[in-house]
Amino acid sequence: MCRVLRRQIYFLLFVPILLLAQSEIPVLKNYANDFTRTFKKSELYTMNSALKQFDDSTSNQLVFLMINSLEGYPLENFTYETASRNKIGAQKKNNGVLFFVAKEDRKMRIEVGYGLEGALPDALASSILRNEVKPYFKKGEYFAGVSIGLDAIMKATRGEYSNDQETDTDEIKFPFIYIILILIFISLFRKKGGKGGGGGLLPWLIISSMGSKGGSKSNWGGFGGGGFGGFSGGGGSFGGGGSSGSW
Amino acid sequence: MKKGWIIALSVIAVIVLVIVLVVSWGVRNYNNFVGLNEGVNQAWSQVENQYQRRFDLIPNLVSTVKGVAEFEKETYTAVTEARAKVGQIRLSADQLGDPQAFQKFQQAQDGLSSALSRLLVVSENYPQLKANENFLQLQAQLEGTENRISVERMKFNQVVQDYNTQIKRFPAAIIANFTGFKEKQYFAAAESAQQAPKVEF
Repeated sequence: MCRVLRRQIYFLLFVPILLLAQSEIPVLKNYANDFTRTFKKSELYTMNSALKQFDDSTSNQLVFLMINSLEGYPLENFTYETASRNKIGAQKKNNGVLFFVAKEDRKMRIEVGYGLEGALPDALASSILRNEVKPYFKKGEYFAGVSIGLDAIMKATRGEYSNDQETDTDEIKFPFIYIILILIFISLFRKKGGKGGGGGLLPWLIISSMGSKGGSKSNWGGFGGGGFGGFSGGGGSFGGGGSSGSW
Repeated sequence: MKKGWIIALSVIAVIVLVIVLVVSWGVRNYNNFVGLNEGVNQAWSQVENQYQRRFDLIPNLVSTVKGVAEFEKETYTAVTEARAKVGQIRLSADQLGDPQAFQKFQQAQDGLSSALSRLLVVSENYPQLKANENFLQLQAQLEGTENRISVERMKFNQVVQDYNTQIKRFPAAIIANFTGFKEKQYFAAAESAQQAPKVEF
């Protein structure tokens, strides 16, 4: 039992370190992420709520990311890494899509998860970028371009999966695990009596992580960069599908 | 007399216990290898799928280019030839441990990759092709497939690395040797992939 606990402690301690080590790949906290400050707050809010609603109704996770420059990093590697590390999409359906724009490089890409390659094949992704997004980007109308691109992706992938409340059951399961763990801790600390003070931090860590989990449900649609809540990946995996473009 | 029996019995018991432990350790390792091996085979079939997908895309692409840029004959016959070569070389999952067969397979596939990228670069010079939606879609499919190939190759290398590490680690390596699990090959980064294709006009 003690060993299991220790592993839990290590796990909780090391997760933030792992995230730091991979800092060159952004951690996405919202459905619409803008690291270039191109979009107004209201525009980001519109995108976020549309994408959040899309996730709720179809279970497809479509995430938008805009950065300034790749700084020479290969586009396809970057989007693949970003999409898979952020685990966009549900685990069994692999129904995630990342719409990525590197503003100064004038490059963009739609990265499609395994499960949506049928609904959004490369040719269609390429056509969305070339025929719908590109004309607006050329004129510098980023919001219009991104909106029309996101709409086209949603239109293509809607109906591929239905939200069978899987995310909701997940969220019910989570607290249960935590509650059971806490009960185990309590019983353990009781047995050990005076020793309890040493490990007193752990229950707090768990309780606080519980809080953020609960918060994610109500506090959606956060603005680019700040705050918690908003997007959290479901464990989808990617196989390099999609299409790249430039303008 | 009685004492002797007890000693003998306990010695036998210890020996039996040791044998049971060793056998169960061996079985556990063996099963682990079987699982890893299946993982490698599965990753390999994904790699093969993507190569097959590319193989199937080429005739359409070549005929589209042919229709517009007829005088680039050299470029597209190079693609057709490379494709034919690829068609002859099949690598089954059992041959993944054979360095020569693996290298041959990779060389053929990489040859096709570079022939294809040359074709795509050349077709940039034809405005007619660049305005041809059919060609653009084929190009997108081909680029997507190339990208999938590189992703699946990377995933394959990862599982092979795991497999190779586990079968070579002492003392489990004894079991691996005994039951015939052999080291498998990795994909190397293609030389041609590291430099952009040269185009001569």
